[in-house]
Amino acid sequence: MDGAQDMGGVKGFGPVEPELDEPVFHAEWERRAFALTLAMGRPGGWNIDMSRFARENRPHDDYLSKSYYQIWLAGLERLMIERDLVTADEIEQGHVLKAPKPVQNVLTSDDVKAMLHRGGPTERDPLAPARFAIGDRVRMKTINPPTHTRLPRYVRGRVGTIELLHGSHVFPDTNSLAQGENPQWLYTVCFAGTELWGAEADPTTKVSVDAWESYLEPA
Amino acid sequence: MLDTMSGHDHDHHHDHDHSELSETELRVRALETLLTEKGYVDPAALDVLIETYEKKVGPRNGARVVAKAWVDPDYRKRLLADATPAIAELSYAGRQGEHIVALENTPKTHNMVVCTLCSCYPWPVLGLPPVWYKSAPYRSRAVSDPRGVLRDFGVALAPDTEIRIWDSTAEIRYIVLPMRPPGTEGWSEDKLADLVTRDSMIGTGLPKQPGEVT
Repeated sequence: MDGAQDMGGVKGFGPVEPELDEPVFHAEWERRAFALTLAMGRPGGWNIDMSRFARENRPHDDYLSKSYYQIWLAGLERLMIERDLVTADEIEQGHVLKAPKPVQNVLTSDDVKAMLHRGGPTERDPLAPARFAIGDRVRMKTINPPTHTRLPRYVRGRVGTIELLHGSHVFPDTNSLAQGENPQWLYTVCFAGTELWGAEADPTTKVSVDAWESYLEPA
Repeated sequence: MLDTMSGHDHDHHHDHDHSELSETELRVRALETLLTEKGYVDPAALDVLIETYEKKVGPRNGARVVAKAWVDPDYRKRLLADATPAIAELSYAGRQGEHIVALENTPKTHNMVVCTLCSCYPWPVLGLPPVWYKSAPYRSRAVSDPRGVLRDFGVALAPDTEIRIWDSTAEIRYIVLPMRPPGTEGWSEDKLADLVTRDSMIGTGLPKQPGEVT
């Protein structure tokens, strides 16, 4: 969706401020929020595209004022409430008010290593030959979806060159809506900085995005 | 200390921030209790997840990959041709690294990786991303002002160096293969790995020079 999370090229956020010797987690709650999110994935029954949408689908001021793991927490709560795993009252009160929903694949400590090692590969057998080849000039489609997409605003309508082919991959725009994996050929499309930011832009800059075939038109 | 998505909050003494933080702490604790009582999560599994990413998986993995590529030309070829299996040769694989591409820095081209839409990052080789990588300043400026971002990191490249930014919008994850510093001939892989900083594998830094490590 075209929410606050779509940040490429947006001005006014200030300088990058790296923290020296930054710890992996800044508070105990961050550790637990991180782990709860990973552990709930399979029993919860959602996919990564649904979880990204749950995080980003909120008002701008909410998204921008939350810290990273606060957004994870908000996303997790929403995913669970949507699926009747918990109720909002149960979250507010911190204890069980209704019977648990039967779930599968509760993660045990013995399973963690295998679960992480398996990961969530998204490559699938292609349903059709690739439409585009390395070197082709393509234009990114102009869209304005209310739901999840991985086509950032800063490249829409812009012309770039196919640089890499990555095989066919699960398509987030439909997968996030439980409308199917719909695997499509995935390409790296490279743009001159001047194409994205104008003639005054740094001529030594090139930017690429990874784009599914339905994001592209021949240029 | 409250870090918001839009930037780092330097005000450590604001009571409102402290009460918000303890609110979040309480909320997460309550949530863990709730989910445990529902039978959805096993707290022992949570502990293993935390330990994995806090103690076991981190940028040292990627540094070993880079060091191996520096000493072994055949490994370097394999890494650049198809990074996922090459990285798996060192037993690094899995979540958020199912499809990895290695990007070669040269004297003419410097690579930098970002996820403008969220925080996509190659966990098996770099661990979890730092706060700056996930925050609005980097996500917004890396694609439009990479030289300015490099200045924020204290890095200055030659003005004619091409800067190539890769926005990780899909599940492809990128690791930068920095150039091997001069004056390191004959060094062991272990010693070379000490030169490879996390930021050099994201593209916001350069490897350490021989004089910087004992």
